Amino acid sequence: MTVITPPETTIAPAIRTPRPTAFWRLKGFPLIPVLILVFIALVAIFADVLAPYDPTIGSLARRFRPPFWQEGGSMAYLLGTDHVGRDVLSRLIYGARVSMVVGITAVLVAGGIGTLLGILSGYLGGWADQVVMRLTDTWLALPALTFAIFLAAIVGPSELNIILILGLVYWTRYARVIRGEVLSLKQREFVRLAIVAGCSSRTIMWRHILPNVINSAVVLATLMLGVVIVTEASLSFLGVGVPPPKPAWGLMMADGKKGLLVGYWWLTVMPGLCIMLMVLSANLLGDWLRVKLDPQLRQL
Amino acid sequence: MAGQTLLSLEHLSTHYVSQQGTRVVRAVDDVTLALGAGETLGIVGESGSGKTTLALTMMRLLPPAAHIVSGRMMFEGEDLLKKSDEEMRRVRGKRIAMILQDPMASLNPLFSIGNQVAEPIRVHEGASPRTAWQRAVQLLKSVRIASPETRVSQFPHEMSGGMRQRIVGAIGISCEPRLLIADEPTTSLDLTIQAQYLNLLRDLQREHGLALIFITHNLGIVAKMCDQLAVMYAGRVVEQGPVSRIFNAPTHPYTKALLGSIPRMTDGGERLTAIEGQPPDLANLPVGCAFAPRCPSVMTRCRAEAPPEFKTEPGRSARCWLAEPLALRSSAA
Amino acid sequence: MKQYILRRIGYSLLSLFLLSLTIFLFVRVTGDPVALLTEPGASQEDIEAMHRQFGLDQPLWVQYWHFVASFITGDFGQSFYYRTPVLDLYFQRLPNSLLLAAVAMVLSLVIGIPSGILAAVRVDGFWDSAGKLFALLGLSLPQFWVGLVLILVFSVSLGWLPSSGSGTVWHLLMPAFTLGWYFAAAHMRLTRSSMLEVLGSEYIKLARLKGLPEALVIGKHALKNALIPVITLAGINLVVMINVAVIVETVFAWPGIGRLLYEGVTFRDFPVVQAVVVIGGSMIILVNLLIDILYALIDPRIRLES
Repeated sequence: MTVITPPETTIAPAIRTPRPTAFWRLKGFPLIPVLILVFIALVAIFADVLAPYDPTIGSLARRFRPPFWQEGGSMAYLLGTDHVGRDVLSRLIYGARVSMVVGITAVLVAGGIGTLLGILSGYLGGWADQVVMRLTDTWLALPALTFAIFLAAIVGPSELNIILILGLVYWTRYARVIRGEVLSLKQREFVRLAIVAGCSSRTIMWRHILPNVINSAVVLATLMLGVVIVTEASLSFLGVGVPPPKPAWGLMMADGKKGLLVGYWWLTVMPGLCIMLMVLSANLLGDWLRVKLDPQLRQL
Repeated sequence: MAGQTLLSLEHLSTHYVSQQGTRVVRAVDDVTLALGAGETLGIVGESGSGKTTLALTMMRLLPPAAHIVSGRMMFEGEDLLKKSDEEMRRVRGKRIAMILQDPMASLNPLFSIGNQVAEPIRVHEGASPRTAWQRAVQLLKSVRIASPETRVSQFPHEMSGGMRQRIVGAIGISCEPRLLIADEPTTSLDLTIQAQYLNLLRDLQREHGLALIFITHNLGIVAKMCDQLAVMYAGRVVEQGPVSRIFNAPTHPYTKALLGSIPRMTDGGERLTAIEGQPPDLANLPVGCAFAPRCPSVMTRCRAEAPPEFKTEPGRSARCWLAEPLALRSSAA
Repeated sequence: MKQYILRRIGYSLLSLFLLSLTIFLFVRVTGDPVALLTEPGASQEDIEAMHRQFGLDQPLWVQYWHFVASFITGDFGQSFYYRTPVLDLYFQRLPNSLLLAAVAMVLSLVIGIPSGILAAVRVDGFWDSAGKLFALLGLSLPQFWVGLVLILVFSVSLGWLPSSGSGTVWHLLMPAFTLGWYFAAAHMRLTRSSMLEVLGSEYIKLARLKGLPEALVIGKHALKNALIPVITLAGINLVVMINVAVIVETVFAWPGIGRLLYEGVTFRDFPVVQAVVVIGGSMIILVNLLIDILYALIDPRIRLES
């Protein structure tokens, strides 16, 4: 026992030193999705300059032209023309504006209502809480798209109505999460101190609670953007979205569907790709933000 | 030492490496220990001293971040570190068994007691379901569970904590292992049940000729149960030897402090909290002896140079410069 | 436990009340009920008859009472387009929706559970990443896009599958996959996280300490525990699937509830739209209640709590 043998196996683990990081090089920063979103936003803003043609005017003489690389296509209509001869590229460019405007405004409306009611419900508790939460439970039981279709059937479609409808359908998601956050904030020292110091409920909610739930609201908003855009496109696809002749991507796909079977694939594939890219990008960014900004939402 | 050597750990080190590879925690560092067949070894130390990691190292069931970086682990003449995963699996539960800390959580809520006790017998010995079931009933009887015939088909939530811990014990001995490792098996039990359980373990040890490794922070239990003692601090074994020798004349100041902090005449679950200062950060150990910042007898040398393991008597050693004058010839490496 | 179940039933009744109130208020207050509930191009007499029938000149709460009473007795009005009671239409279409939902559910479980297990067992490995991508696509891609691409590939290019309609197994494949993908992604994510939680538990540690082969540790000890929440979700999702297939059924012209809703909207057949929403919402509220009660009966912990 007094003879001590030297260690036989040595499996040294690899040891690396950390590198300094710029924010876009942070672990998993979704650079490409962010670039795509910025690109779509720029296209939406400068649609008037970028689009080669008026998206609403076509001529039947040049309908169903394929994209330029296919036989019968021309450089004049890069991505071809649709069933009434409108330029697909121009419609896609203006469609970006519809998706962006409707998506972002609807998310803001939903976020505004949801955050407000979530804070009131979580902070005030009691009756207010019961009413808001029961309503939230009930509305969450309705499938979002079905609910949106129902509302669209009542008020009739217009861009403003679609925004309001999406806001009404999706605020419940915010309310529930924000309320949970507020409940845990209420237990925190600084809120208790503010209560003891005699601040009014309004001051506490506005000054102490709201700034602390903004992070979560931003994360939710990013995650919700993708969902809202899909719902908007679905409504347009079903013919109860943004009314024609405004070029919404979902509507373009619905119009193009009939042409699919006879080979006019670009009428559906092009807008579909746009929706897919935008939604995927928003979701990837949202996932990343969720992990980075708000550990509490990780299990969402 | 009684009998031949069953298990000997030689310079065993297990480190946790963080995901970026920048933080290394030396949870087990250069541990050398030996245990004879049928003996009982107590491993004591504060929480975070590496006791549990040492036990899991012996079972080779470490979390992915932990790596056994060096050493040998001789069991019945074979190096367990050289075994393939499949060979090692056949050792687990069959030759070496281990009991976990939390009896409430260690049983699967969805399977009957009999199913879970019979499982190792079926897997390791290829027994038929019926034979294994009958063995399970006998095992429940041997861990003194009343009316084992009915209990065997019940589910964990129908049992009390003490019963569940005895069932976990029954699973441990189901394949007649040579070595049983018990990781703080009594911390969540109340005092009377603790005492009963310890008696049971001792009886089982005698009946089956088991070697037992007892991981605990309770020196009262060590005094009652163990032949050998190893004291761990910051991932290292700072003192080891026969329990009676160490209790009578501890060498290491940490051991002295531990012995000083135990209330006399109890088997109680008092925690070892009476030592001043914080346990060290294992990722950031001081240059010299890890205990130096808290040591009442600290010397200049202790802060500069970590002491090696000095053999002070046959079967006894300490990692402390105070032990150097007592050291047997040619012991320090 | 009785108390717990009674409370849950109370909540569900409250939810049903709020659901009907919501629908009622949206129709009566936001919209123009006369325009919605009378046929397009109805004569003045018809409109007046409608006023009398619905008591639109009476106070709101009386109107609400009539509204709820007619639902409870199963009277959802006449379809303007088909000229039959709406409830009959609904029951005609329901079997098709059930069939589609059942097949989509089987697909989603067959894909979602094994891939979720694989992702959890090989966490951060290739299969985990592949699974994450599969789930991300499933949850992000709009169903009309998936459906149309499937038609483009399998009907237009390859000519293997019919692009729309119903009647044979072949008609079912594409709609079931389109509907099932989203849910497969959801089931995969839940299986993965639930499996990860179980794999970290003490009883799994003990199972490994017993020296059980990994297949037994995963397949027996971990799986049974990990699947409980997945099966629960699947139970609720089966009902959800019946009610969210609007897009899929429209793309593939599958004659189920979703298609009925689409027709209701396109033909301005408001009673149909209203019925689909009310029945769908009620179904989901009730299945949630059912699952909670079953849970209470099965799980001893909930039983003890109350």
